[in-house]
Amino acid sequence: MFDIIHKKKIFFAIPVAIILIGIICFIAFGGFNLDIDFAGGTEMLIDTKAEFNKDEVTQMVTDTLGFAPNSVQQSLIQPTEVTIKTKTLSTEEAEKLWNAFKTKYNLEDADRLSTNSVSPTVGGELAQSAVLASIITVLLMLVYISFRFEFLSGVSAVVALAHDTLIILSFYAIFRLPVNTNFIACILTILGYSINNTIVVFDRIRENWKYARRERFSEVANRSIWQTMTRSINTAFTTLVTIVCLYIFGVDAIREFALALIVGMVSGTYSSIFIAAPFWDLIRGKQKADKSGKKAKA
Amino acid sequence: MAKNIAKIVLIVLIIGLLAFVAVNGLSLTAVGIPVEIHSVMDEEHGIRKGFDLTGGSVIVYEADAETVTTEQSDTIRDIMRKRLDRLGFTEATVAKQGEKRVVIEIPSVTNPDEAIKTLGKTAKLHFVDSDGVEILTGDDVKDAKAQYGQLSQNGSNEHFVELTLNSAAQQKFYEATTRMSQKADGQNYISIMLDEEEYSRPSVKEPINSDSCVISGSFTAESAKELATTIKEGQLPFNLNVVERRSSGPSLGDNALSSSLFAGMIGLLIILLFMIIVYRLPGVVAAISLIGYITLDVLVLALTRANLSLPGIAGIILSIGMAVDANVIIFERIKDELRLGKTVGAALDAGFHRALVAIIDANVTTAIAAVVLYIFGTGTIKGFAITLGLGIIVSMFTAIVLTKFLLKAFFGLNVKNRWLYGLSKKKDEGGEANV
Repeated sequence: MFDIIHKKKIFFAIPVAIILIGIICFIAFGGFNLDIDFAGGTEMLIDTKAEFNKDEVTQMVTDTLGFAPNSVQQSLIQPTEVTIKTKTLSTEEAEKLWNAFKTKYNLEDADRLSTNSVSPTVGGELAQSAVLASIITVLLMLVYISFRFEFLSGVSAVVALAHDTLIILSFYAIFRLPVNTNFIACILTILGYSINNTIVVFDRIRENWKYARRERFSEVANRSIWQTMTRSINTAFTTLVTIVCLYIFGVDAIREFALALIVGMVSGTYSSIFIAAPFWDLIRGKQKADKSGKKAKA
Repeated sequence: MAKNIAKIVLIVLIIGLLAFVAVNGLSLTAVGIPVEIHSVMDEEHGIRKGFDLTGGSVIVYEADAETVTTEQSDTIRDIMRKRLDRLGFTEATVAKQGEKRVVIEIPSVTNPDEAIKTLGKTAKLHFVDSDGVEILTGDDVKDAKAQYGQLSQNGSNEHFVELTLNSAAQQKFYEATTRMSQKADGQNYISIMLDEEEYSRPSVKEPINSDSCVISGSFTAESAKELATTIKEGQLPFNLNVVERRSSGPSLGDNALSSSLFAGMIGLLIILLFMIIVYRLPGVVAAISLIGYITLDVLVLALTRANLSLPGIAGIILSIGMAVDANVIIFERIKDELRLGKTVGAALDAGFHRALVAIIDANVTTAIAAVVLYIFGTGTIKGFAITLGLGIIVSMFTAIVLTKFLLKAFFGLNVKNRWLYGLSKKKDEGGEANV
């Protein structure tokens, strides 16, 4: 049985490296690619019903509004669809822009697939409440786990969660993915999913430790990780299957969300196997079952 | 033996019936039983789809003021409701978001800019005397409140509307009421008009020289409140700014919904195959209870009328994965117990018992996330929290209760072949000898 606990330095080093790259990208790119949900702005999705030239669209938007759009993006699935992102437009400006498209590409109102507009103040508040929600979630989990297991295991579980959050953040920073409300839903899903996995491993450690004799905690932890390995992998597979299907068949908005979930699920599975229990062992210090005063009840 | 077959057939039949009801709805009114269950796909009574799935608009208004009292924000909400109704958007929803904002969702409007233009038009309030002369406008009224109490010394308690006028209007109102009070009964009234619609026609019995006056009549609590709101409309102490507007055409939503459903179907099929191949007999049981889970989940979503949007769909598909997880934990445990040499019956009991602690702890921690999201989230995030939370509750039932019931029934059929419970052939040798 491969000793995961013993080799923890390697398993800790891999995510640390990813997170470092994430931090470098974060600094190099000047922060996250904040979507309008956070930064404020207007986003219009239009089906031009024809091949379009990106530069031409950019030029037309600039001419109509008097300022350049933040981005003009072609849909990956439907090449005739274009997403235009600008600073927050007034209703009049948005109408003007839409009318320009209507005339140029000979469109009907139904071809304006969606419009989203958020004022900058709302975005700031959203970010605040998201961070608040995450902190409260994690604190409540810490309390529950400390109550059901022990305080140090709660801390370890939270470290695993911090790992997942940082990995997803790095992923968003490295690939410049738009950070929006779906991103928050994603982070919180991953926190729930990852803690779910971690608890299953911890549950096995708790049980094995109860009946352990003359065994180090690290040995018990390693044994427990391997005993739950099949379950960890099978669950990761069954959960990933649906999300991967969403990624393959979904529309653009869903694909973005699904991709982040896939990264988060892989990270959550990794952390519950290679981070949580090894970290618990690390902060628990070297203890043998027979010295801890714990006696097997069996 | 026969009892166990009956149990299995019964469960499969119930799930099949529920699935049928979920898809087609059920009406027993024809045979005299007042039971009417709507299909989950029913537009009006089934799962409520968010604007991103059906097309429609969401507009968020924010009061342009430092602080807004609860009373004021209630007024904003009531005013918006009235405007929407007047414009014919009766299916629109209006909700407060904190004290400063109202969120308006209009399913049928896919161009929010137009809706904002119409909604932004304030109806003109004016007081007109019986000769058709305009006395006051909305600008002259400082406040209008629905009240309840005694109006005269000997009168009984009644509902009325109290108006507060600003000082310039007080004089105008005094002159007008003086003029009106001298007219004969039937001619001594002042009409309160909103645009060209008359809302109330209080009669004037004596000149009023005060900054406040009372409109009384046969008001109920609601009608008094409605009149107060109508009068206040258009003279809010602050502007309402549009801080967020979102809209989506129906085709985009259709695509999102159908592609997600398709993805869910494929994903489900792979999961079912995977479970049956890896866990064999328990896998078949898991497949049945998973279908039961999905059926129950959509029924619950339809009954609670939870708002389903894109992240909500992801939440459901995710909860399917987590529902399977509980079964994976149980079946792995059962295999562990079998490997320890226990009999199939003992392994089933021990497996369920030991897995239960892990499943409950794991689900509670995930539920914590769902609850916090529900409390602090807004809009789609809240919808996501609801689907996740409901998913956890329903899956705990199907994954534990239903799976156990079915597995015990299969075991009761004398199915004791250890291979069927997931052990490999090699380890199975001599397995039956232990029984």
